[in-house]
Amino acid sequence: MSNKIGVYVCHCGTNIAGTVNIPELVEFAKAQGDVVVAREYKFMCSDPGQALIQEDIQKLGLDRVVVSACSPLMHEPTFRGACEKADLNRYLFQMANIREHCSWVHVDKGAATEKAKAQLAGAIGKARYLAPLIPKKVKVNPATLIVGGGIAGIQAAIDIADSGRKVYLVEREATIGGKMAEFDKTFPTLDCAACILTPKMVQVGQHPNIELLTYADVEEGKGFVGNFEVKVRKKTRYIDEEKCTGCGICQEKCPYKTASEFEHGMMKRKAIFMPFPQAVPKVPRIDPNTCVYFKTGKCKACVKVCEPQAIDFERKDEIVDIKVGAIIMATGYKLFDAGKIAPYGYGKYPEVYNSLEFERMVSASGPTGGDIKMKSGEKPKSVAIVHCVGSRDRRHNEHCSRVCCMYALKFAHLIKERCHEATVYNFYIDMRCFGKGYEQFYQRLLDEEVRFVRGRVASVSDFALDESEKGKLVLRVEDTMVGETRRIPVDMVVLANGLEANADAAKVGRLFNISAGKDGFYIEKHPKLAPVSTATEGVYIAGACQSPKDIPDTVAQASAAAAQVLSLMSRGEIEVEAATANIHEELCSGCRVCNTMCPYSAISFDDDKHVSRVNDALCKGCGTCVAACPSSAIFAQHFTDQQIFSEIEGVLHDVRA
Amino acid sequence: MPKLKIASYWASACGGCDVALLDLHERIVDVANAADIVFWPIATDFKYADVERMPDQNIDVTFFNGAVRNSENEHLAHLLRKKSKVLVAFGSCAHMGGVVGLGNLFSRKEIFDAAYTNNLSTENAGLTMPNLETKVPEGKLTLPEFYNTVKKLDQVVDVDYYLPGCPPNPNRIFEVFGAIVAGKLPPKGSVVGASEQTQCEKCERKKSEKKIPGFKRLATAQPDAETCLLEQGFLCMGVATRAGCEHRCQKSNTGCRGCYGPPPGVYDQGLKALSAIASVVDADDEATAKAMVDAIPDPARYFNRFSIAASPLHRRSV
Ligand SMILES: Cc1cc2nc3c(=O)[nH]c(=O)nc-3n(C[C@H](O)[C@H](O)[C@H](O)COP(=O)(O)OP(=O)(O)OC[C@H]3O[C@@H](n4cnc5c(N)ncnc54)[C@H](O)[C@@H]3O)c2cc1C
Repeated sequence: MSNKIGVYVCHCGTNIAGTVNIPELVEFAKAQGDVVVAREYKFMCSDPGQALIQEDIQKLGLDRVVVSACSPLMHEPTFRGACEKADLNRYLFQMANIREHCSWVHVDKGAATEKAKAQLAGAIGKARYLAPLIPKKVKVNPATLIVGGGIAGIQAAIDIADSGRKVYLVEREATIGGKMAEFDKTFPTLDCAACILTPKMVQVGQHPNIELLTYADVEEGKGFVGNFEVKVRKKTRYIDEEKCTGCGICQEKCPYKTASEFEHGMMKRKAIFMPFPQAVPKVPRIDPNTCVYFKTGKCKACVKVCEPQAIDFERKDEIVDIKVGAIIMATGYKLFDAGKIAPYGYGKYPEVYNSLEFERMVSASGPTGGDIKMKSGEKPKSVAIVHCVGSRDRRHNEHCSRVCCMYALKFAHLIKERCHEATVYNFYIDMRCFGKGYEQFYQRLLDEEVRFVRGRVASVSDFALDESEKGKLVLRVEDTMVGETRRIPVDMVVLANGLEANADAAKVGRLFNISAGKDGFYIEKHPKLAPVSTATEGVYIAGACQSPKDIPDTVAQASAAAAQVLSLMSRGEIEVEAATANIHEELCSGCRVCNTMCPYSAISFDDDKHVSRVNDALCKGCGTCVAACPSSAIFAQHFTDQQIFSEIEGVLHDVRA
Repeated sequence: MPKLKIASYWASACGGCDVALLDLHERIVDVANAADIVFWPIATDFKYADVERMPDQNIDVTFFNGAVRNSENEHLAHLLRKKSKVLVAFGSCAHMGGVVGLGNLFSRKEIFDAAYTNNLSTENAGLTMPNLETKVPEGKLTLPEFYNTVKKLDQVVDVDYYLPGCPPNPNRIFEVFGAIVAGKLPPKGSVVGASEQTQCEKCERKKSEKKIPGFKRLATAQPDAETCLLEQGFLCMGVATRAGCEHRCQKSNTGCRGCYGPPPGVYDQGLKALSAIASVVDADDEATAKAMVDAIPDPARYFNRFSIAASPLHRRSV
């Protein structure tokens, strides 16, 4: 037990001092047993603040340090470092969070000060029983797993692979490319999407350091930073990828067709198919739901024409075990289902399109060869683009999807370009054109005489009130600029659907211990200062899986995540948490309650000695097994019962009789 | 060597602990050879006054069984403490409050209501309740005061050793007696006559990684005799209970009840068992988990059957 505790109370400017009576708190600290010095300072985390602590450790021989300031998530590493510089083991440091847990959430100064006292007394209580711990070092596996092969995954893969390190890129679909592969042009520069994306896709496909696993799902993840083990299921394509040359003749000869997913049902594809001609890898797959061989056992047209004999109807899913040091999640987003807003008539009226369908319509390789035309074959004379479909809408998604205003402008431009005569309306709430060159693009569209109506569209219907509305789709909208409700008849309606998290985002995130917010997007470690890191060390996020974003932001994030990974890799080894669980073997009765508990698979059972063991390189100190162990044979270092009870007694200092 | 002077007292208890002493059978003769019994209400005719007359620390060892439920129990606890060199909390009730401690889930009033008014077999129209004093023609009659809360022995007086069990296994009693005679007692405050490890250590049933598919009760299902009871879904407190009883319950194909108390370092036996068992239920979602837990009819009394008074929560607040 300690007898020389130093206590340091931080003002955090007025963040804490504005609500907590600091001098009173310092006097309180001085009165606590074992406290030999208590000081206050404006910013404890600053250099002079840290110097105060270091000087006291050296001059007064402090053996425990307590800082009463912000969240340990924020500055525990800072103060631990300061202690260590003065030769005090970092685990002899304890923090009381009187900012997030106190001053920021209270207004009553008196009550907040009392609460801060309780928190501080708790920290002092725990500090008394702290014990020094020595962190271990483990080697970092230099390979990286990237989940998702959209532009985010592609960019990160190339950045990392170019440094000479191995990358496994796992993509759920049969090709990489993500949503960007569906676009014709990209805002605001109107670059041809394929021209900038395809070379990168090919580069990924051919890179000696990238192992591409497409049509594959991650199924299991375990381990920890530097040493993850992941199980990947490669769903069967019924094709031997090694043998297939990608010649495409099977696809040509296959007699059976169904609606193409890539073309959103606006075109047909074969039963053996590649999603689109530039797919990477250039290997088709057989869709057993369409292939007649799987139904009748007959046909084999593809087998007959396949020279390298790559087709194998018996082929099963393959499980691939990979070991990596870091993981980047780049699983992107899904489009809001416009069918959920019935008054917009999506799915009811053939001339109401969602945005990805429209992307295919304007694509030169799409169903119409890039012509904008109605199902009748005629060019539309008027088109309405409806903004914020499922975005900024409390019934669906509260968030702004960030890209819709811009792609709506892009659509308006392409319509003007291809149907010169057409009147184009944009129905918007606010125009959000915040990126580089975006406002200029908006100005350009104003000059192109696109009409902007400010108001959320109420409904789309084919109910005509007069001749001018007959055969048209009529939008009802409150024009908030004019201040009245309007009916606007058009030939075609394009919905600017918002971006949502993938339906399975939370589930996939759980495999790697990262969490998703209420909206399903992955949560970054810090919204400003650690936007691509997560609460799980060694797992990073990039692109639209973190929140809706455009391609420039996605690529920037992907490169940032790659830089984080490379920084980790170049360290070569990392310190692992020393506050791990341990087993008093002489108290372990071998009941095996703990065996299945560990989320990091750190516990094993020794059959000879009849005891359970914790592998402390794998243990993250979460405490699950400690709580479960019915005989208290397992204890958590840095969170022993004695430490916790002493902390509780401190917190209850004024309650105890 | 002069013979040891020993005493045994029965406070708030069922009497099983005294019977366990008698279960030493012929070995009781060895005890009698090594020690004089100076006070043992169930077997010898001594009165409280005889004890009061003894000089302090006159008794070498007192085995005190039963919880402290009323003022008489408390008085004897203080008296015997004063008169004894070594005071042993004998059996689950003295050790942890025991089954008597389950009374802490109720108030005195609730208990009296159930005992004297609201039950099928009592007619008490006049609502007669036990009184501390009652005047009768012959004079004044008194009754001990029934407390609202049950205490274990060391919540009332300083205790030297704890000998657990409901009741303690006679073999353990004899071993402890041997240690006393030989002067080989462990440090004060120790639990004696029980292992440091839990029941699982020496339990002969087959154990594997634990996953409980659902809970079963002996009333409606029959466990097999070879596999860990808990793994079969029959509640067994063995995971959080010291060994020493020789697995009396498991050998009769019943889950351990927990009478030997928690292993060292465990503050609350019931909570520990609960948290261990909750950790291994095979449920991925809340609804399944709830359905499973609902199959345990009375968790508070199941998990803390012997240890309510010893748990940090101590009693239900009423
Ligand atoms: C209609 C429309 C037009 C747009 N136009 C533009 C534009 O012109 N300019 C611009 O800058 N931005 C535009 N955007 C935004 C652009 O789509 C995104 O910025 C970009 O696609 C984000 O890339 P990403 O890699 O993060 O996600 P995605 O493109 O969604 O790629 C994610 C990839 O991960 C895969 N995946 C998902 N889950 C898993 C899993 N569990 N395992 C394995 N793989 C998985 C998916 O199959 C997909 O291939 C537009 C968006 C829309 C909706």
